[in-house]
Amino acid sequence: MIPGAFTYHRPDSVDAAVGLLSEWGDDARVIAGGHSLIPVMKQRITDISHLVDLAGVESMKGISVDGGTVTIGAMTTQHELISSDALAAAAPIVREASLQIADPQVRYIGTIGGNVANGDPANDMPGLMQTLDATYHLAGPNGTRTVAAREFYEAAYFTAREDDEILTGITFAATSGGYAYEKQKRKIGDYATAAAGVLLTVEGGSCTSASVALTNLSDTPVYCEDAVGVLVGSSLDDAAVAAAVKAAVDASDPVADTRGPVDFKKYVAGVIVKKAIESARSRA
Amino acid sequence: MEKMHIKLNVNGKDVDLLTEPRTLLIHALREELGITGPHIGCSSSHCGACTVDMNGMSVKSCTVFAAQANGAEITTIEGLGSPDGLHVLQEMFKEHHGLQCGYCTPGMITRAHRLLQENPNPTEEEVRFGIAGNLCRCTGYQNIVKAILAAAAKMNEMKESA
Repeated sequence: MIPGAFTYHRPDSVDAAVGLLSEWGDDARVIAGGHSLIPVMKQRITDISHLVDLAGVESMKGISVDGGTVTIGAMTTQHELISSDALAAAAPIVREASLQIADPQVRYIGTIGGNVANGDPANDMPGLMQTLDATYHLAGPNGTRTVAAREFYEAAYFTAREDDEILTGITFAATSGGYAYEKQKRKIGDYATAAAGVLLTVEGGSCTSASVALTNLSDTPVYCEDAVGVLVGSSLDDAAVAAAVKAAVDASDPVADTRGPVDFKKYVAGVIVKKAIESARSRA
Repeated sequence: MEKMHIKLNVNGKDVDLLTEPRTLLIHALREELGITGPHIGCSSSHCGACTVDMNGMSVKSCTVFAAQANGAEITTIEGLGSPDGLHVLQEMFKEHHGLQCGYCTPGMITRAHRLLQENPNPTEEEVRFGIAGNLCRCTGYQNIVKAILAAAAKMNEMKESA
Protein backbone atom coordinates (compact mmCIF):
# COMPACT_ATOMS: atom_id res chain seq x y z
CA MET A 1 0.00 0.00 0.00
CA ILE A 2 1.53 3.28 -1.14
CA PRO A 3 0.08 6.70 -0.31
CA GLY A 4 -0.62 9.38 -2.90
CA ALA A 5 2.17 11.82 -3.70
CA PHE A 6 2.82 14.82 -1.49
CA THR A 7 5.41 17.48 -0.75
CA TYR A 8 7.26 16.99 2.53
CA HIS A 9 8.01 19.90 4.85
CA ARG A 10 10.04 19.81 8.04
CA PRO A 11 9.77 23.20 9.77
CA ASP A 12 11.94 23.88 12.82
CA SER A 13 9.55 26.13 14.73
CA VAL A 14 5.86 26.37 15.60
CA ASP A 15 5.62 29.66 13.68
CA ALA A 16 7.08 28.09 10.55
CA ALA A 17 4.69 25.13 10.85
CA VAL A 18 1.68 27.43 11.33
CA GLY A 19 2.91 29.45 8.33
CA LEU A 20 2.88 26.32 6.15
CA LEU A 21 -0.68 25.47 7.26
CA SER A 22 -1.80 29.03 6.45
CA GLU A 23 -0.08 28.88 3.08
CA TRP A 24 -1.46 25.51 1.95
CA GLY A 25 -4.83 25.45 3.76
CA ASP A 26 -6.87 22.28 3.35
CA ASP A 27 -4.13 20.66 1.25
CA ALA A 28 -1.79 20.51 4.26
CA ARG A 29 -1.75 18.29 7.33
CA VAL A 30 0.69 18.03 10.19
CA ILE A 31 2.25 14.68 11.04
CA ALA A 32 3.56 13.71 14.47
CA GLY A 33 4.30 9.99 14.93
CA GLY A 34 2.11 9.21 11.93
CA HIS A 35 0.71 5.92 13.21
CA SER A 36 -2.87 7.12 12.78
CA LEU A 37 -2.23 9.29 9.71
CA ILE A 38 0.02 7.08 7.56
CA PRO A 39 -2.40 4.10 7.58
CA VAL A 40 -5.24 6.30 6.27
CA MET A 41 -2.89 7.89 3.72
CA LYS A 42 -1.99 4.39 2.53
CA GLN A 43 -5.64 3.53 2.16
CA ARG A 44 -6.05 6.83 0.32
CA ILE A 45 -8.95 7.75 2.55
CA THR A 46 -7.42 11.18 2.96
CA ASP A 47 -5.84 13.36 0.31
CA ILE A 48 -2.87 15.38 1.50
CA SER A 49 -0.60 17.26 -0.85
CA HIS A 50 1.55 18.98 1.79
CA LEU A 51 2.74 16.99 4.76
CA VAL A 52 4.16 19.14 7.58
CA ASP A 53 6.38 16.99 9.83
CA LEU A 54 6.61 18.44 13.34
CA ALA A 55 9.61 16.25 14.26
CA GLY A 56 11.98 19.19 13.81
CA VAL A 57 10.16 21.47 16.26
CA GLU A 58 12.27 21.06 19.40
CA SER A 59 10.05 23.36 21.49
CA MET A 60 7.21 20.81 21.20
CA LYS A 61 9.19 18.03 22.91
CA GLY A 62 9.71 17.14 26.54
CA ILE A 63 8.13 16.85 29.96
CA SER A 64 8.48 19.30 32.84
CA VAL A 65 7.01 19.31 36.33
CA ASP A 66 7.08 22.72 37.97
CA GLY A 67 5.27 23.79 41.11
CA GLY A 68 2.57 21.16 40.81
CA THR A 69 1.96 21.81 37.11
CA VAL A 70 2.87 19.18 34.53
CA THR A 71 3.69 20.42 31.01
CA ILE A 72 4.09 17.95 28.16
CA GLY A 73 5.11 18.96 24.64
CA ALA A 74 2.81 17.58 21.97
CA MET A 75 5.67 15.73 20.23
CA THR A 76 6.56 13.77 23.37
CA THR A 77 6.24 10.04 22.64
CA GLN A 78 4.35 7.45 24.64
CA HIS A 79 7.70 5.77 25.29
CA GLU A 80 9.02 9.00 26.81
CA LEU A 81 5.89 9.33 28.96
CA ILE A 82 6.45 5.80 30.26
CA SER A 83 10.17 6.36 30.86
CA SER A 84 9.83 9.63 32.80
CA ASP A 85 10.20 9.09 36.54
CA ALA A 86 9.33 12.75 37.20
CA LEU A 87 6.02 12.26 35.41
CA ALA A 88 5.37 8.96 37.19
CA ALA A 89 5.83 10.78 40.51
CA ALA A 90 3.61 13.73 39.53
CA ALA A 91 0.83 11.80 37.78
CA PRO A 92 1.29 8.02 37.84
CA ILE A 93 -1.94 7.45 35.92
CA VAL A 94 -0.18 8.65 32.74
CA ARG A 95 2.34 5.78 32.81
CA GLU A 96 -0.42 3.29 33.63
CA ALA A 97 -2.49 4.48 30.66
CA SER A 98 0.45 4.83 28.24
CA LEU A 99 1.54 1.24 28.83
CA GLN A 100 -1.89 0.13 27.58
CA ILE A 101 -1.63 2.00 24.28
CA ALA A 102 -0.74 0.05 21.13
CA ASP A 103 2.52 -1.94 21.32
CA PRO A 104 6.19 -1.14 22.04
CA GLN A 105 7.09 -0.13 18.47
CA VAL A 106 4.13 2.21 18.14
CA ARG A 107 4.82 3.74 21.56
CA TYR A 108 8.39 4.67 20.55
CA ILE A 109 7.05 6.95 17.85
CA GLY A 110 3.42 7.68 18.73
CA THR A 111 2.99 11.05 20.45
CA ILE A 112 0.67 12.41 23.08
CA GLY A 113 -0.17 15.36 20.83
CA GLY A 114 -1.18 13.18 17.92
CA ASN A 115 -3.21 10.97 20.21
CA VAL A 116 -5.22 13.85 21.73
CA ALA A 117 -5.50 16.08 18.64
CA ASN A 118 -6.70 13.46 16.17
CA GLY A 119 -10.12 13.32 17.80
CA ASP A 120 -10.40 9.56 17.37
CA PRO A 121 -12.79 8.38 20.11
CA ALA A 122 -10.85 5.09 20.29
CA ASN A 123 -7.63 6.82 21.41
CA ASP A 124 -6.85 6.54 25.11
CA MET A 125 -5.21 9.91 25.77
CA PRO A 126 -8.36 12.01 25.22
CA GLY A 127 -10.16 10.03 27.94
CA LEU A 128 -7.13 10.29 30.20
CA MET A 129 -7.04 14.07 29.64
CA GLN A 130 -10.72 14.27 30.70
CA THR A 131 -9.75 12.45 33.88
CA LEU A 132 -6.86 14.87 34.51
CA ASP A 133 -8.92 17.97 33.51
CA ALA A 134 -6.01 18.92 31.24
CA THR A 135 -5.60 22.10 29.21
CA TYR A 136 -4.56 22.01 25.55
CA HIS A 137 -2.34 24.72 24.09
CA LEU A 138 -2.99 25.69 20.48
CA ALA A 139 -1.00 27.92 18.15
CA GLY A 140 -2.45 29.49 15.00
CA PRO A 141 -2.00 32.44 12.68
CA ASN A 142 -3.60 34.75 15.26
CA GLY A 143 -1.41 33.63 18.14
CA THR A 144 -1.91 31.09 20.89
CA ARG A 145 -4.92 30.06 22.96
CA THR A 146 -5.88 27.34 25.40
CA VAL A 147 -8.87 24.99 25.40
CA ALA A 148 -9.92 22.73 28.25
CA ALA A 149 -9.70 19.05 27.26
CA ARG A 150 -13.26 18.69 28.56
CA GLU A 151 -14.39 21.32 25.99
CA PHE A 152 -12.22 20.12 23.09
CA TYR A 153 -14.07 17.14 21.62
CA GLU A 154 -17.18 17.85 19.54
CA ALA A 155 -17.74 14.57 17.66
CA ALA A 156 -15.59 11.81 16.21
CA TYR A 157 -12.62 13.55 14.51
CA PHE A 158 -14.19 16.99 15.13
CA THR A 159 -12.49 19.11 17.75
CA ALA A 160 -12.20 22.74 18.83
CA ARG A 161 -8.89 22.98 16.94
CA GLU A 162 -9.18 25.05 13.76
CA ASP A 163 -7.61 23.62 10.59
CA ASP A 164 -4.83 26.21 10.65
CA GLU A 165 -3.98 25.58 14.30
CA ILE A 166 -1.46 23.18 15.82
CA LEU A 167 -1.82 21.58 19.24
CA THR A 168 1.58 22.36 20.74
CA GLY A 169 1.33 21.07 24.30
CA ILE A 170 -0.69 19.98 27.30
CA THR A 171 -0.72 21.10 30.92
CA PHE A 172 -2.44 19.63 33.95
CA ALA A 173 -2.11 19.68 37.71
CA ALA A 174 -0.06 16.98 39.40
CA THR A 175 -2.34 14.42 41.03
CA SER A 176 -2.54 13.05 44.55
CA GLY A 177 -4.45 10.12 46.02
CA GLY A 178 -5.57 7.01 44.19
CA TYR A 179 -5.55 6.54 40.43
CA ALA A 180 -6.31 3.89 37.83
CA TYR A 181 -6.62 3.53 34.08
CA GLU A 182 -8.32 0.26 33.18
CA LYS A 183 -8.83 -0.99 29.63
CA GLN A 184 -10.48 -4.00 28.10
CA LYS A 185 -9.20 -4.87 24.63
CA ARG A 186 -9.30 -7.94 22.42
CA LYS A 187 -5.53 -8.11 22.04
CA ILE A 188 -2.44 -5.97 22.60
CA GLY A 189 -2.43 -3.21 20.05
CA ASP A 190 -6.21 -3.07 19.84
CA TYR A 191 -8.32 -0.09 20.76
CA ALA A 192 -10.48 -0.33 23.87
CA THR A 193 -13.77 -2.16 23.94
CA ALA A 194 -14.12 -0.01 27.04
CA ALA A 195 -11.61 1.95 29.10
CA ALA A 196 -11.89 4.24 32.10
CA GLY A 197 -9.66 6.63 34.01
CA VAL A 198 -10.32 7.36 37.69
CA LEU A 199 -8.74 9.69 40.27
CA LEU A 200 -9.82 9.73 43.93
CA THR A 201 -8.71 11.52 47.08
CA VAL A 202 -9.89 10.39 50.50
CA GLU A 203 -9.68 12.15 53.85
CA GLY A 204 -10.99 10.76 57.10
CA GLY A 205 -12.80 7.92 55.33
CA SER A 206 -14.65 10.24 52.99
CA CYS A 207 -14.00 10.89 49.29
CA THR A 208 -13.00 14.55 48.92
CA SER A 209 -12.49 14.69 45.17
CA ALA A 210 -12.97 12.39 42.21
CA SER A 211 -12.69 12.23 38.47
CA VAL A 212 -14.13 9.55 36.17
CA ALA A 213 -13.87 9.47 32.38
CA LEU A 214 -14.47 6.94 29.61
CA THR A 215 -12.67 5.99 26.38
CA ASN A 216 -14.30 4.59 23.23
CA LEU A 217 -17.77 4.48 24.71
CA SER A 218 -19.21 7.40 22.76
CA ASP A 219 -18.22 9.47 19.72
CA THR A 220 -16.14 11.62 22.08
CA PRO A 221 -14.39 10.85 25.36
CA VAL A 222 -16.85 11.16 28.24
CA TYR A 223 -16.27 12.96 31.53
CA CYS A 224 -18.77 11.42 33.96
CA GLU A 225 -20.01 14.31 36.06
CA ASP A 226 -22.86 12.30 37.63
CA ALA A 227 -20.52 9.49 38.70
CA VAL A 228 -18.21 12.07 40.27
CA GLY A 229 -21.20 13.57 42.11
CA VAL A 230 -22.04 10.16 43.56
CA LEU A 231 -18.48 9.47 44.72
CA VAL A 232 -17.57 12.82 46.29
CA GLY A 233 -18.71 12.92 49.92
CA SER A 234 -19.33 9.18 50.03
CA SER A 235 -17.26 6.67 51.99
CA LEU A 236 -16.58 4.84 48.69
CA ASP A 237 -18.49 1.87 50.08
CA ASP A 238 -19.80 -0.77 47.70
CA ALA A 239 -23.19 0.95 47.34
CA ALA A 240 -21.56 4.24 46.33
CA VAL A 241 -19.28 2.45 43.87
CA ALA A 242 -22.24 0.62 42.34
CA ALA A 243 -24.18 3.87 41.98
CA ALA A 244 -21.18 5.59 40.40
CA VAL A 245 -20.71 2.67 37.97
CA LYS A 246 -24.35 2.94 36.96
CA ALA A 247 -24.04 6.70 36.45
CA ALA A 248 -20.91 6.23 34.30
CA VAL A 249 -22.53 3.52 32.17
CA ASP A 250 -25.60 5.75 31.74
CA ALA A 251 -23.30 8.51 30.45
CA SER A 252 -21.85 6.19 27.78
CA ASP A 253 -23.31 5.96 24.30
CA PRO A 254 -21.39 3.23 22.45
CA VAL A 255 -22.15 2.01 18.94
CA ALA A 256 -22.11 -1.60 17.77
CA ASP A 257 -19.01 -2.58 15.81
CA THR A 258 -16.53 -5.46 15.52
CA ARG A 259 -15.87 -5.16 19.27
CA GLY A 260 -19.46 -6.08 20.03
CA PRO A 261 -23.08 -4.94 20.26
CA VAL A 262 -24.19 -1.99 22.40
CA ASP A 263 -25.41 -4.09 25.34
CA PHE A 264 -22.10 -5.94 25.52
CA LYS A 265 -20.10 -2.71 25.45
CA LYS A 266 -22.21 -1.23 28.24
CA TYR A 267 -21.71 -4.41 30.24
CA VAL A 268 -17.92 -4.23 29.72
CA ALA A 269 -18.00 -0.51 30.57
CA GLY A 270 -19.57 -1.36 33.92
CA VAL A 271 -16.93 -4.00 34.66
CA ILE A 272 -14.08 -1.67 33.69
CA VAL A 273 -15.37 1.38 35.59
CA LYS A 274 -15.87 -0.76 38.69
CA LYS A 275 -12.33 -2.15 38.40
CA ALA A 276 -10.91 1.35 37.93
CA ILE A 277 -12.76 2.83 40.92
CA GLU A 278 -11.79 -0.12 43.14
CA SER A 279 -8.16 0.05 42.02
CA ALA A 280 -8.02 3.83 42.63
CA ARG A 281 -9.69 3.32 46.03
CA SER A 282 -7.07 0.76 47.03
CA ARG A 283 -4.33 3.26 46.18
CA ALA A 284 -5.98 6.33 47.77
CA MET B 1 6.24 14.62 -7.67
CA GLU B 2 9.67 16.02 -6.98
CA LYS B 3 12.14 13.61 -5.42
CA MET B 4 14.18 14.49 -2.36
CA HIS B 5 17.58 13.53 -1.05
CA ILE B 6 17.51 11.42 2.09
CA LYS B 7 20.63 10.56 4.04
CA LEU B 8 20.61 7.49 6.24
CA ASN B 9 23.20 5.48 8.07
CA VAL B 10 22.15 1.87 7.52
CA ASN B 11 24.04 -0.82 9.44
CA GLY B 12 27.00 1.51 9.86
CA LYS B 13 27.15 2.64 6.24
CA ASP B 14 26.20 6.14 5.05
CA VAL B 15 23.76 6.13 2.14
CA ASP B 16 22.16 8.90 0.12
CA LEU B 17 18.82 8.19 -1.53
CA LEU B 18 16.97 10.20 -4.14
CA THR B 19 13.36 9.20 -3.66
CA GLU B 20 9.79 10.45 -3.50
CA PRO B 21 8.61 11.79 -0.12
CA ARG B 22 5.89 9.12 -0.05
CA THR B 23 8.43 6.30 -0.11
CA LEU B 24 8.05 4.25 3.05
CA LEU B 25 11.17 3.30 4.96
CA ILE B 26 10.56 -0.42 4.35
CA HIS B 27 10.42 0.17 0.58
CA ALA B 28 13.55 2.35 0.68
CA LEU B 29 15.39 -0.41 2.51
CA ARG B 30 14.15 -3.36 0.48
CA GLU B 31 13.80 -1.93 -3.01
CA GLU B 32 16.30 0.90 -3.18
CA LEU B 33 19.04 -0.44 -0.91
CA GLY B 34 18.50 -4.18 -1.42
CA ILE B 35 18.25 -4.80 2.32
CA THR B 36 15.61 -7.50 2.36
CA GLY B 37 15.91 -8.75 5.95
CA PRO B 38 13.03 -6.63 7.19
CA HIS B 39 9.85 -8.09 5.69
CA ILE B 40 6.50 -6.66 4.69
CA GLY B 41 3.79 -8.59 6.51
CA CYS B 42 0.56 -6.73 7.10
CA SER B 43 1.73 -3.31 5.86
CA SER B 44 -0.56 -1.77 8.46
CA SER B 45 1.67 -1.52 11.57
CA HIS B 46 0.21 -4.57 13.30
CA CYS B 47 2.51 -7.52 12.63
CA GLY B 48 6.03 -6.16 13.25
CA ALA B 49 7.72 -8.15 10.44
CA CYS B 50 9.16 -4.85 9.15
CA THR B 51 10.67 -3.85 12.52
CA VAL B 52 14.00 -2.04 12.30
CA ASP B 53 15.97 -0.02 14.82
CA MET B 54 15.85 3.74 14.16
CA ASN B 55 17.99 5.94 16.44
CA GLY B 56 17.69 3.39 19.24
CA MET B 57 13.94 2.85 18.85
CA SER B 58 12.21 -0.22 17.45
CA VAL B 59 9.91 1.04 14.71
CA LYS B 60 7.60 -0.53 12.14
CA SER B 61 9.22 0.65 8.94
CA CYS B 62 6.00 0.14 6.94
CA THR B 63 4.52 3.07 8.84
CA VAL B 64 7.44 5.51 8.68
CA PHE B 65 8.23 7.61 5.62
CA ALA B 66 11.87 7.47 4.60
CA ALA B 67 11.69 11.28 4.75
CA GLN B 68 10.87 11.07 8.48
CA ALA B 69 13.98 8.94 8.94
CA ASN B 70 16.22 11.50 7.19
CA GLY B 71 19.49 11.67 9.11
CA ALA B 72 18.71 8.59 11.20
CA GLU B 73 20.82 5.59 12.10
CA ILE B 74 19.04 2.43 11.02
CA THR B 75 19.92 -1.09 12.08
CA THR B 76 18.32 -4.09 10.41
CA ILE B 77 18.85 -7.80 10.98
CA GLU B 78 21.74 -7.59 8.48
CA GLY B 79 23.48 -5.24 10.92
CA LEU B 80 23.20 -7.63 13.85
CA GLY B 81 24.73 -10.79 12.44
CA SER B 82 25.79 -12.53 9.22
CA PRO B 83 25.61 -16.15 8.04
CA ASP B 84 29.28 -16.55 9.08
CA GLY B 85 28.91 -14.80 12.41
CA LEU B 86 25.47 -15.15 13.90
CA HIS B 87 24.39 -12.77 16.65
CA VAL B 88 23.75 -14.43 20.03
CA LEU B 89 20.02 -13.88 19.51
CA GLN B 90 20.20 -15.66 16.16
CA GLU B 91 22.15 -18.53 17.73
CA MET B 92 19.59 -18.87 20.50
CA PHE B 93 16.63 -18.73 18.09
CA LYS B 94 18.32 -21.60 16.22
CA GLU B 95 19.07 -23.59 19.35
CA HIS B 96 15.65 -23.15 20.98
CA HIS B 97 13.66 -23.58 17.77
CA GLY B 98 12.40 -19.98 17.96
CA LEU B 99 11.37 -20.01 14.31
CA GLN B 100 9.52 -22.20 11.89
CA CYS B 101 8.70 -20.40 8.64
CA GLY B 102 11.07 -17.58 9.57
CA TYR B 103 9.03 -14.74 8.14
CA CYS B 104 8.62 -12.85 11.42
CA THR B 105 12.13 -13.68 12.63
CA PRO B 106 14.13 -10.64 11.40
CA GLY B 107 11.61 -8.26 12.98
CA MET B 108 11.36 -10.41 16.10
CA ILE B 109 15.14 -10.49 16.62
CA THR B 110 15.63 -6.80 15.81
CA ARG B 111 12.96 -5.97 18.38
CA ALA B 112 14.40 -8.42 20.93
CA HIS B 113 17.82 -6.82 20.46
CA ARG B 114 16.51 -3.35 21.43
CA LEU B 115 14.54 -4.85 24.34
CA LEU B 116 17.71 -6.44 25.74
CA GLN B 117 19.65 -3.20 25.28
CA GLU B 118 17.07 -1.45 27.48
CA ASN B 119 16.47 -4.30 29.87
CA PRO B 120 19.37 -6.82 29.97
CA ASN B 121 17.67 -9.01 32.60
CA PRO B 122 14.02 -9.24 31.60
CA THR B 123 11.51 -11.53 33.25
CA GLU B 124 9.47 -13.84 31.06
CA GLU B 125 6.55 -11.42 31.39
CA GLU B 126 8.70 -8.47 30.34
CA VAL B 127 9.85 -10.40 27.27
CA ARG B 128 6.26 -11.22 26.35
CA PHE B 129 5.13 -7.59 26.71
CA GLY B 130 8.34 -6.43 25.02
CA ILE B 131 7.64 -8.41 21.85
CA ALA B 132 3.89 -7.75 21.91
CA GLY B 133 4.19 -5.73 18.69
CA ASN B 134 5.54 -8.73 16.74
CA LEU B 135 3.21 -11.46 15.56
CA CYS B 136 4.28 -15.05 14.87
CA ARG B 137 1.77 -17.49 13.38
CA CYS B 138 3.95 -20.60 13.74
CA THR B 139 5.61 -21.00 17.08
CA GLY B 140 2.99 -20.00 19.62
CA TYR B 141 5.75 -17.73 21.01
CA GLN B 142 6.91 -20.22 23.64
CA ASN B 143 10.25 -20.96 21.99
CA ILE B 144 10.76 -17.34 20.96
CA VAL B 145 10.47 -16.29 24.60
CA LYS B 146 12.85 -19.11 25.61
CA ALA B 147 15.35 -18.02 22.95
CA ILE B 148 15.29 -14.38 24.06
CA LEU B 149 15.71 -15.31 27.73
CA ALA B 150 18.59 -17.63 26.82
CA ALA B 151 20.19 -14.88 24.72
CA ALA B 152 19.88 -12.45 27.63
CA ALA B 153 21.64 -14.91 29.94
CA LYS B 154 24.36 -15.56 27.37
CA MET B 155 24.91 -11.85 26.66
CA ASN B 156 25.21 -11.16 30.39
CA GLU B 157 27.70 -14.03 30.75
CA MET B 158 29.78 -12.63 27.90
CA LYS B 159 29.74 -9.19 29.55
CA GLU B 160 30.91 -10.62 32.87
CA SER B 161 33.76 -12.62 31.37
CA ALA B 162 34.85 -9.68 29.20
